[in-house]
Amino acid sequence: MMDVSLGHYLVVSAILLVLGVFGIFLNRKNIIVILMAIELILLSVNLNLVAFSAALNDLAGQVLAMLVLTVAAAEAAIGLAIVVIYFRNRGSIQVEDVNLMKG
Amino acid sequence: MIYALAIFAPLVGACIAGLLGRVIGDRGAMTASVAGMVVAAICGPLAFFQLVSGAAEPGVVHLGTWIEAGRFTVSWSLRYDTLSAVMVGMVSFVAMLIHVYSIGYMSHDPSRARFFAYLSLFTFAMLMLVTADNLLQLFFGWEGVGLCSYLLIGFWYDRPSACAAAIKAFVVNRVADLPFAVGLAMIFMTFGSIEFATILDPKLVAQHAKDTYSLFGCTFPALEVIGFLLFIGAMGKSAQLFLHVWLPDAMEGPTPVSALIHAATMVTAGVFLMARMSPVMELAPYALGFVTFIGASTALFAATIGCVQNDIKRVIAYSTCSQLGYMFVAAGVGAYQASVYHLITHAFFKALLFLSAGSVIHAMSDEQDIRKMGGLARLIPATCAVMWIGNLALAGIPPFAGFYSKDAIIEAAFAAHSAVGNYAFFCTVVAAFLTAFYSWRLLFMTFHGKSRADHHALEHAHESPYVMLMPLFVLALGAIVAGFATVNAFIGDGQAAFWAGAIWTHPDNHVLEHAHHVPTWVKILPIFTAVAGIALAWVMYIANPLLPVRLANSFRPIYLFLLNKWYFDELYNAIIVRPILCIARGFWKIGDEAMIDGVPNGLAELTAGTSRQTVKIQTGSLAVYAFVMLIGVVALIGLYMLVR
Repeated sequence: MMDVSLGHYLVVSAILLVLGVFGIFLNRKNIIVILMAIELILLSVNLNLVAFSAALNDLAGQVLAMLVLTVAAAEAAIGLAIVVIYFRNRGSIQVEDVNLMKG
Repeated sequence: MIYALAIFAPLVGACIAGLLGRVIGDRGAMTASVAGMVVAAICGPLAFFQLVSGAAEPGVVHLGTWIEAGRFTVSWSLRYDTLSAVMVGMVSFVAMLIHVYSIGYMSHDPSRARFFAYLSLFTFAMLMLVTADNLLQLFFGWEGVGLCSYLLIGFWYDRPSACAAAIKAFVVNRVADLPFAVGLAMIFMTFGSIEFATILDPKLVAQHAKDTYSLFGCTFPALEVIGFLLFIGAMGKSAQLFLHVWLPDAMEGPTPVSALIHAATMVTAGVFLMARMSPVMELAPYALGFVTFIGASTALFAATIGCVQNDIKRVIAYSTCSQLGYMFVAAGVGAYQASVYHLITHAFFKALLFLSAGSVIHAMSDEQDIRKMGGLARLIPATCAVMWIGNLALAGIPPFAGFYSKDAIIEAAFAAHSAVGNYAFFCTVVAAFLTAFYSWRLLFMTFHGKSRADHHALEHAHESPYVMLMPLFVLALGAIVAGFATVNAFIGDGQAAFWAGAIWTHPDNHVLEHAHHVPTWVKILPIFTAVAGIALAWVMYIANPLLPVRLANSFRPIYLFLLNKWYFDELYNAIIVRPILCIARGFWKIGDEAMIDGVPNGLAELTAGTSRQTVKIQTGSLAVYAFVMLIGVVALIGLYMLVR
């Protein structure tokens, strides 16, 4: 039985981050997936914060993690609201169709 | 006071008619303008008679200061001496008659208010010109009449030919104005002033007689240069040879305009200038010789063209050109008095001729070609009678006005006893013959013989209304009496007392005196040639109407040469207008379109092209944006870690 050390947490966190990032720009289909990927990135950051907090015996990291969770919740709510409105207006939330900014 | 009133009444009339014309209507504008002219026509001659009778002293009416810049001061003031007063009297009187005539002539025109405003404004400018007490004010009037001439020639602005004629008159006059302006500057350089009190003082002028200018290593006598430059200015205004091309085209304007501007007043401004500048001109013998030469050549040249023209107004226009040549001959040989005398008599009979031509045109429903007239004497007898009087005066048949003044000029040219004087004598005598010939050609083709008009025009032919005939009668009276009534005062024994120093002649200049003592054959010759000219016209146009056609066919090159006015227009087109157009087109295409427009247009094109390319970066795809953002973050962090 091996110990779960800080390094393991950081590895998991890094994997989650990379997953999230690739989720954003490899995903060509769905905006909701993008939102989920952003959540994933934030969670990976949280995991980092909590892991360091435990390792260094400093509660500030966990407090910061709570703040990030709050912000992530608000961001998810706003993001989903935008997606709903967007769907109402354009009838599609396919990523390929979201190209009004094309020059 | 009366004098100033005579000059500013037309300005008031012009302002009311021009600025309030829309408010007070055509009738109101006409009334205001004519009322202003009537006031001027009462005050102007009155001021002249007061001066001549000794009831008023010559002097200067000071109105205010115009420019003060260092030593250069110019004031607004009215000069009151015989030369100015006689011009004011003539201009205001003739202008008033022409205003009255225009009431009838322009009665069907839709923009009468504008016409009367221009006409009054012109009269004001002309009066400012002749009463100026310094050269700059004279130049103000000079340009003022030029502007009004432009406006009035182009009065019917919907006719392209009128617009072209107006522009031509304006441009040719500007060409002549440049030497005039340079001459003005030269006078300031030499005399240190442009006030007439200084530059017309014979003693002061004599001090500068030896002055010279140096230019490109050559030296020129100052007064000669000034004389030449001023005369070139006068050539433009007075339509002398080489700068005459605008005058015949100016006939595009309404006929009263031709009578006022292109016969009686504006074109005589150059002659007036020569008389005014007599103290300077007297000391510039070469310039005077040039004046005589150009004047004599113009007199002959214009008369030859007048013989073959078919437009009733153009014949009279060339006659004006020719008569102006006579005036310059007189000025050139030193008989300024005779030139002003001819100016005054000419104003009467030439205004009369133009206005009667207008009456004929009016009667013939705007037909101007004398080949389509003939036999009109029965239909419009009054016009016919006054036109006969005008032509008798023009041809110099005694006792009509032209006889006295024209004879005086021919005798003065003979009495000058110089080479150029003899040339002028020859030219003026031949021109007198041609003058009589073309005058009677005009009369015979218009009023006598068989009618060649189409019957529609003849059915409508009618005598003009009294408002047009009355000015004709007054002018006809002037054409009869203006000669013998004033001959003594202008050029006879009373001339020294009459002019009272307004015209200065050199103590050695006795040309007027000699002119009275020329041999008898010289005195009779002009009358003889005039009668011969009339006789020839009778033979060719009444006795044997086919003769002119045969002559024109057998001497076709000469006929065409004269008909096309010595090809002056074509010549100027080829050597001046076309090259300038070419250069202008070059500047337009290369200088303006390629270079001046090219720089901003190129910059705009560059910006637009760059943005067209840059805009492709914006794909609109979220994934790409995110990827770029990530790469950016990685790059930044990487950089940070590398250089930390």
